[in-house]
Amino acid sequence: MDVERYEKIFLSMGASLLVLFLACLAYASVGMGIHLPGDHGTHLDPATMRKTAPFDAPGVHQTAPGKYDVVLIGQAWTYDPKEVRIPAGSDVTFLATSADVIHGFMLDGTRLNAMLIPGQVTELHYRFDEPGEHLIICHEYCGLGHHLMSGKVIVE
Amino acid sequence: MSTPIVHDPRGFELPDAQRSLIAWTVYLGFAALSVGVINGLGQALNYAHIDILKYFPGMRTYYQGLTVHGVFNALVFTFAFSNGLMSLTTARGFGKPLNHPLLVASFASLVLGSVLAAFSMLTGRASVLFTFYPPLQAHWTYYLGLALVVISTWLTSANQLVLLRQWRKENPGKRVPLLSFLSIATYVMWDIASLGIAIEVVFLLLPWSLGLLPGADPLVSRTLFWFTGHPIVYFWLLPIYVSWYTMVPKLAGGKLFSDTYTRVVFLMFIVLSIPVGFHHQFTDPGISQHSKFAHAVLTFGVFFPSLATAFSVMYALEIGARKRGGKGLAAWFLKIPWSDPALAAQVLAMLAFLLGGITGLMNASFNMNQVVHNTAFIPGHFHLTVGSAVALSAMGISYWLFPYLAQRRLWSPTIARWQAWIYFVGALVFARGMISGGLAGMPRRTLIAAAPYYKPEWMLPGIITAIGGTLMFVGAMGCFLVLAMTVLFGERERIADIPITETIEPPASEGWIVSLDRLSYTVVTTLVLIAMAYGPFLVRHIPPQLTSTGYKFF
Repeated sequence: MDVERYEKIFLSMGASLLVLFLACLAYASVGMGIHLPGDHGTHLDPATMRKTAPFDAPGVHQTAPGKYDVVLIGQAWTYDPKEVRIPAGSDVTFLATSADVIHGFMLDGTRLNAMLIPGQVTELHYRFDEPGEHLIICHEYCGLGHHLMSGKVIVE
Repeated sequence: MSTPIVHDPRGFELPDAQRSLIAWTVYLGFAALSVGVINGLGQALNYAHIDILKYFPGMRTYYQGLTVHGVFNALVFTFAFSNGLMSLTTARGFGKPLNHPLLVASFASLVLGSVLAAFSMLTGRASVLFTFYPPLQAHWTYYLGLALVVISTWLTSANQLVLLRQWRKENPGKRVPLLSFLSIATYVMWDIASLGIAIEVVFLLLPWSLGLLPGADPLVSRTLFWFTGHPIVYFWLLPIYVSWYTMVPKLAGGKLFSDTYTRVVFLMFIVLSIPVGFHHQFTDPGISQHSKFAHAVLTFGVFFPSLATAFSVMYALEIGARKRGGKGLAAWFLKIPWSDPALAAQVLAMLAFLLGGITGLMNASFNMNQVVHNTAFIPGHFHLTVGSAVALSAMGISYWLFPYLAQRRLWSPTIARWQAWIYFVGALVFARGMISGGLAGMPRRTLIAAAPYYKPEWMLPGIITAIGGTLMFVGAMGCFLVLAMTVLFGERERIADIPITETIEPPASEGWIVSLDRLSYTVVTTLVLIAMAYGPFLVRHIPPQLTSTGYKFF
């Protein structure tokens, strides 16, 4: 039995599969525009964060017709604001951070999933086509009341 | 030029004093694992809304128990087991006793570190989980304890390197014996990998917890943590791979296919294990998408040596099975000596690891990670890797290791066989529950039974998780019973050696592969790759912004 040949075939097939998977991921990123949070290029001092734009005004801000910024602050153990209302069919940019420890931001029923880290700005983009309610769940341990921390995005 | 092949130090026996130190190191590890596993049962049952945690003495909160579960299982147990096993294999490979003062120092550091960490966790001063992300702030004894536990691994590594140096002097120009080479390579990878956590704990968190620094930089700390936090996975896994490559074939009646391939696989792990940490931080702000994609590519790269491992290990099992009359394309699998619990547990661990590896690839899948990040999918995945491939293999290894260390016969191989199957089935069921819960959006690390936003579709996955977790608990308890009874009451028996395989293709005596015994080439390559993978982040975020004050929300 030519073991070395079998091993080469096995490893070549495995390596090809890995390359194929990576190509799919790259296509999803570049071709379909499914992005991860990136480097926002700023550093916030948690002590002055609430006096710094845009976090001096948490909430929903219309920036253009059909376009909204949602400014959101995670803090133990709630979100500010706790409830966000946006019209269906709008393009939303979330700008979020944390006021104290690291929190999570997972928007139920969407692919939005990110960390809120003190000092950093988490920027996410999403288009809400259908009306409905989405739970915001904090999915990073943030202390005793972690499991109590949630919010809501209502698409009207 | 031809390089002479290594002597086989058959007949070498470790001095009793050293065997005893290694034994206590490994016993400490399993004691820690038993505490961690008991807490694990409480957490698993929580998913089915059954609260037994309130009956645990001294445990005040779910998150306190979760911290103990993570630290004792994933840090103290794994480090103790690796220190013990890899010291033994290095000495056995060279046929030389270890450096005694270093062995003592490593054990002392492990004990002191474990005691400090246990003190801080059990008194409720450090419920920050085993990732201890600042600005959650633990008591300084927690950070010091973890630092000492890591230092114990460095002392083990130093011991190996001292031995290597002596051996080279006594055997100029010879190939380093395979068993020692793999054991040393494992720790060399970890020496580099652990620098992240060491810098984080010693220079940032420990002084911060003592009030010597004004604050913490949460992003830089997270990044340093995951610099170590991914390769730590390979530090858990590689000692198990040493067993799968060099001992499992012996237990199965087979042989290792190729000495050279095996060495190359371990060298690939040194190079590729480390520059992949951002795949734990795909959803973090402050890190560019380019860096994240680079780490995704490298993570797929480090999957490759595991593919090669699957081939070699399966081939060794097949040789053994065919010798015993195994036939057919796959039916031979039934003919491996399943009655040996040391082998059965490790083969079952390999099967679980197939699923663990595939789910790991899903986690590492860049933007697709958003579907599963920080959901119950992740613990579903890693209870198949560290929770099964590593823990169940360690249980299997312990079925020859404990008799060897205690010089006693294994007590009840029957229970040992049963526990392996129960644990294996439990792990699969548990992971099925967690994975389906995660895909339905259930967060991880959460007292889910008490969450006001609890969703009905999490109920079934939760019940499956609890059933699986209970089976894992029963299986693990079976293992602890067998090991404790072996050490205390096993029939005294003289066991001179540990199981070591023969290789079909022996070490090469010439060619490029010979020069790779000099680990310095591999280390330099590794450092260059790390600089490329982490350089852009460091340029952007160093010096750290120490603006976050500490919070003790527990």
